[in-house]
Amino acid sequence: MARMAGRRTLFAAPVLLVVTFGVFAVAAASPFDPVKAYAGSAGLTASQENLDQLRANLGADQPLVTRWWDWLTAALTGDLGDSSVLRQPVADVIGERLGWSVLLAATAFLVAIVLGTGLGVLAGRRPGGWLDRCVSSLAYTLEAAPAFWLGLLAIWFFALKLDVLPAGGLTDTASDTVTFGQVASHLVLPAAVLGVSQLPWFYLYVRQGVADALEEDPVRGARARGLSERTVLLGHALRSGMLPMLTLVGSRVPELITGALLVETVFSWPGIAAATVQAATSVDFPLLAALTVLATAAVLLGNLLSDLLYGIADPRVGFDG
Amino acid sequence: MVARSIHGAMRGAGAAALAGALALTAAACSNPGGESGGQGAKDTAVVGIAYEPETLSPLLGYGKDGNSKIFDGLLTQDVDMKLKPALAVALPEVSADRLTYTYKLRKGVKFSDGQPFTAKDVVFTYSTILAPKTNNPSKGELDAIKDVRADGDDTVVFTLKYPYAPFAQRTVLPIVPEHVAGKQDVNTGDFATAPVGTGPYKLAKWSRSEKIAFEANPSYWGGAPKVKKFTMAIIKDDDVRATRLRSGDLDGAILPPNLAQGFEKDKHKKTYTAKTYDYRNVTLPTGNKVTGDTAVRRALDLAVDRKAMVDKILDGAGKPAYGPVPTGSPWFAKGTERPHDLAMAKKILDEAGWKPGADGIREKDGVRAAFPLWYLSGDKLRQDHALAYASDAKKAGIDITTQSGTWEVIEPKMKDEAVLAGGGSPGDPDFDQYTLLKSSLGGDGFNNMAWYADPAVDKALDDGRKSGDTAVRKAAYDTIQRELVKNPGYTFLTHIDHLYVVNDRWDGLSTQTEPHDHGLASGPWWNVETWAPKK
Repeated sequence: MARMAGRRTLFAAPVLLVVTFGVFAVAAASPFDPVKAYAGSAGLTASQENLDQLRANLGADQPLVTRWWDWLTAALTGDLGDSSVLRQPVADVIGERLGWSVLLAATAFLVAIVLGTGLGVLAGRRPGGWLDRCVSSLAYTLEAAPAFWLGLLAIWFFALKLDVLPAGGLTDTASDTVTFGQVASHLVLPAAVLGVSQLPWFYLYVRQGVADALEEDPVRGARARGLSERTVLLGHALRSGMLPMLTLVGSRVPELITGALLVETVFSWPGIAAATVQAATSVDFPLLAALTVLATAAVLLGNLLSDLLYGIADPRVGFDG
Repeated sequence: MVARSIHGAMRGAGAAALAGALALTAAACSNPGGESGGQGAKDTAVVGIAYEPETLSPLLGYGKDGNSKIFDGLLTQDVDMKLKPALAVALPEVSADRLTYTYKLRKGVKFSDGQPFTAKDVVFTYSTILAPKTNNPSKGELDAIKDVRADGDDTVVFTLKYPYAPFAQRTVLPIVPEHVAGKQDVNTGDFATAPVGTGPYKLAKWSRSEKIAFEANPSYWGGAPKVKKFTMAIIKDDDVRATRLRSGDLDGAILPPNLAQGFEKDKHKKTYTAKTYDYRNVTLPTGNKVTGDTAVRRALDLAVDRKAMVDKILDGAGKPAYGPVPTGSPWFAKGTERPHDLAMAKKILDEAGWKPGADGIREKDGVRAAFPLWYLSGDKLRQDHALAYASDAKKAGIDITTQSGTWEVIEPKMKDEAVLAGGGSPGDPDFDQYTLLKSSLGGDGFNNMAWYADPAVDKALDDGRKSGDTAVRKAAYDTIQRELVKNPGYTFLTHIDHLYVVNDRWDGLSTQTEPHDHGLASGPWWNVETWAPKK
């Protein structure tokens, strides 16, 4: 187990290296001009001399490989560089925003797993029953619905029609302090939308797993021995039904990240999403590279986590080390 | 900066730890949100704006046109855009050769951190902006400065490279404290997010892409503001801004004309219409065989129906434009208004040898009267203007193909293809006209996009910026506007009004003449520090 974790970590280094270079290459090939993005509307009246000076100051006149190498060597010493679009050190940008994104994503993940598993077990118990049919068709619909569309729908219904939840932001508009109660009420809609958009995957896997397990010999045997329905369901069926879901936990991480980007934008959530979009369209190399490393690391960690969980839950699987 | 990073990291870790607890209690804690703001205390105001500044550091361009809330300039502008002293005690003394400007500074002014304001802060501000390593994209506006120095604690002397009449107008630029901003990296330092100034408000909190909150500076030299808390919520979407204004979450907002109309019957809200210098025009590059022909330019100038554009595209919230100077401005040359005259446009083209071909499109010497017109993709207003212009031109026998693109796509084509452009800055007629029309600036960045070159206009532009005599300047700018009738390098279409809807809870609201930029300074809240709650 430790060997597997170690091997994966060693493997992560070259992956991250290739990914960051890829980001620099793609950004350099994009039609966006970092100088124009930096100058904004002031660039429309700036002289060519002024723009050239800006280009040199931002290092945008350097060749791709030089820029990447400079960034990489600085990053290894702990200096993530400065974000040109936000006029702030990259470490500050990430420090200010990452927490809120993690809060949103973690809450949503929890909602998806808890609700997905619960509903999956209930539906898997009686495949074809009314609950199964209702929830399953809803799950297929949700699977096809984009997260931002769900977000707009939620704002329309809960914030505008019912007026029970705030439409956006981290706190009330007039307030400039961050309190627990305010953040909690502002978190409900975005976390619910993000969670619900991830829910179908967990639900469908658990439902199938539990339904299949209930048909298997060990479970039938357990029933025959007169064990209570509760023990059969939770002790036997859920245990084997959970296995495919554990793999899912890791593989849903990238989906969660992209989903969070859209949901944050819809709800003006001050997380890392707006920064990511700005970094990309402004060809803000240092910020973009740092964010990509973070996302890649999250995905690699997610995969490792699901493999470890799988190995622990089912000893037959073992670890690939 | 170290402290900030640690703080951020701790907040991140804390937030992550909270996640589980929150998930369980979130539903229980939920309460109707968003209503505590708008109808709250009389000394708070919350407004919705569409654009967020990249920085709050004047060294990087924030507040360069005045009204920066956190900062003061040497001078400031009143409701009629007339200059009046702020951190200076009076308007500057100008030497006879118009190359030296001397400002006497107000005494006893303190920055909000308690440190005194002195002449060295002024010198620091200007010389830092002009330094090559400072990434201020607007520094070209201070191009005339040769040297700035302090003469004692309360006098600042600017020396110019060339006589520049509108120079005093540029000194509304905010002054930053050297003892804070001088200790950090000008491009990425904390100052951009934790500014310290002499202004009527202090920054309470800037939550990026969410809101900027200000609190009154109780020791402001101009008297403590009565609106104690002032928040600008950043809401990019027009509909969401209107909805949040209606729900009481906001006290005021900038709105497009069609959404502002929805509040006309609301007794508790008032609509303010700000006159602007914000124009839309079409560049007619000299390098193109069609648009470079004076006959075609003049014909287009007459064929375009500006009144219809104002009525249909702007819902009446705007004015026909005949040049960068709006018709309502004292600098406008009366008599240069052009009527919509399609017959005259056709006549001009006929006489110049542009004969209609089989498909109704004119031709001359084998050249078809056709050219592309670019507009910024995603900008509905520009798209509508471009389509209307193309349809008007078609009636005169000129075929315009409209195409959309980002600036990256448009820029390389600007030299010989037309662009639906926008701009406008009030304050001085030199600001727009010099960069728009000076022949030596043809193709310099985004200046003089049409590569316009007219010796009479060039001379008048120089006369206009050199002279300190208002009558001489007025004559120069009149000349330019009359030359533009004879040889238009651009077709000016409209000047666009900006509309604001605000709760009727305060006295003292008004609007200034506004620029093209939708900065924080614009809107009825340009002077929020002098608002008083209604009894």
